[in-house]
Amino acid sequence: MNGFTSIYKKLIIVSAILGLLLVCSFVLGISIGSSGGAGEALKILLGKGEPESMLSVIIWKIRFPRVILAATVGAVLSLGGLVFQSLLRNPLAEPYILGISGGSAVGAICGMLCGLPLFPWVTSIAFCGSMLTLALVLGLTAGRAGLRKDSLLLGGVMMNAFCGAIIMFLISLSQSSQVHHILFWLMGDLSMTEAGTLPLLITVIPCFIIIFILARPMNLLLTGTENAASLGVNVRLISMVLLVVTSLMVSLVVCLSGLIGFVGLTIPHIFRLILGPDHRLLVPACILGGSSYLIICDLLARSLPVEGEMPVGIITAMVGAPLFVFLLWRVKR
Amino acid sequence: MSAVTVRNLTLAYGKKPILREVSLSVEKGEFFVIIGPNGAGKTSLLKAIAGFNKSADTRVEIFGRPIAAYSRLQLAQIMAMVPQQIPADFPFAVADTVLMGRTPHLGLLGVEQEHDFMVARQAMEFTEVIHLADRRLDQVSGGERQRVFIARAICQQSRIILLDEPTTALDPAHQLKIMDLMERFRKERGTTLIMISHDLNLAAMYGDRLLLIKDGMIEKIGAPADVLTHEQLTSSYGCTLLVDENPVIARPRVTMVPEKCKRSQADGKIIDTM
Repeated sequence: MNGFTSIYKKLIIVSAILGLLLVCSFVLGISIGSSGGAGEALKILLGKGEPESMLSVIIWKIRFPRVILAATVGAVLSLGGLVFQSLLRNPLAEPYILGISGGSAVGAICGMLCGLPLFPWVTSIAFCGSMLTLALVLGLTAGRAGLRKDSLLLGGVMMNAFCGAIIMFLISLSQSSQVHHILFWLMGDLSMTEAGTLPLLITVIPCFIIIFILARPMNLLLTGTENAASLGVNVRLISMVLLVVTSLMVSLVVCLSGLIGFVGLTIPHIFRLILGPDHRLLVPACILGGSSYLIICDLLARSLPVEGEMPVGIITAMVGAPLFVFLLWRVKR
Repeated sequence: MSAVTVRNLTLAYGKKPILREVSLSVEKGEFFVIIGPNGAGKTSLLKAIAGFNKSADTRVEIFGRPIAAYSRLQLAQIMAMVPQQIPADFPFAVADTVLMGRTPHLGLLGVEQEHDFMVARQAMEFTEVIHLADRRLDQVSGGERQRVFIARAICQQSRIILLDEPTTALDPAHQLKIMDLMERFRKERGTTLIMISHDLNLAAMYGDRLLLIKDGMIEKIGAPADVLTHEQLTSSYGCTLLVDENPVIARPRVTMVPEKCKRSQADGKIIDTM
């Protein structure tokens, strides 16, 4: 009869298609660059090139970690957007817009200016910063009638502006030679790879698994908290876990790649349009699709400029900001 | 053992009291209807029974155990709720909505098996919404939407179903359809039904016992004929309500008296006391 298809079937189809997409963008991301032809790079990837050549070193030491970082960042930001949108039942929620990325950035800059090591200090301070902004934004906007949609966004926008001011304030005060680097990083930059892609992956993958397990409760939360509770969901516990886990992975990503906005808006909305509202499909789709998306965006960011490269945050904002306006327009109607 | 027992429940919202020393018990398989004027505390009482109010958890017992002793999941396995309102932007299809009723019976990953599909299909057939299975919930009519949520509650296979004004905003045909559905379901499965209703005649026709509540206090609890009397209703609702016998069923029938008819009281046509 109509209506029911096993979730396994859909999951396998979605993962297969998006997995293939990820592999393609991965190969593209590695083989295209300023030095060496794409054909030669492909040979090296398949293990047929000269192992000690210049191109081989570039590929394995520079491009490979960078593409992995881009993929992880893309997956985390997309998933973060998805979680916040369903948890706050607001289609415009996203770590960047809610000010959570900004809060982590303030924490991360404090750590960096003090010259602390990235792991665990800078990341821990960034995590505290993100939790603090989250608590502030939610606390400010939580009225008796629950969370109001518009005030949540306003709170986030104000938080972002405030965090931006603090960041600039800190940068202006410091005499550090890092200033140029930090400014670049602020706009979203994936070139800082040597520091810690591996610790990032190790922390982020368990977060992915937890969120995937909570996909069904997230579906139910979308139908209202009392509705979810009457179907056996421990709303308070699950919301807490989701908020903390998401803030954790977002703040880690901010430490490594700076403020890359709008990814968490673009990717979840595209997949919602294609796949519908079921989070058991949306979570893996956002992980796989988000990583492909950022690999491609990063590829554009480093190949479009004639000389050097531009921060990848510029590309994602150019795609995402118009989408935000469109969604806002649709919500208001 | 009663299905639901409330012992001396007092609730307040800030300083404003909502429920004052409410005690009641609902037997297994009973159709129990809560009536009362707006703001009387009906919904608060139903939510307390559903376990949505933490401060009520020790005062409410389900099958002899206080709610505090149940986990959210255990509670969902024995008690379902048909909500009064759903979010305006409800994105799920009818079939998926009904299938959500299986949640408390699924494992950790929440993957439905063939058995769950079967239960959902039967529930949709029972409430006659199976032909809508693929439609989005916000694309069906109000009466159909209520039947979808009743199908979800049935799909949950719980022994108690709580309903918050399920017939509001429905035309008479749909009101009857939903009430008959619930009544039939109760007869077949022995499910306990607790319902809030503003429609006194529906309450009289279907309820085994009624609870009349006002200002958070129990005014009267008992069989429809004992609760729905002219004196009781007129004093509780603060307007003239006439009661006679329903011509089709041996239950009370309530008639509202509009202002313009009260004036003809002088002619001695209408018997009114206040």
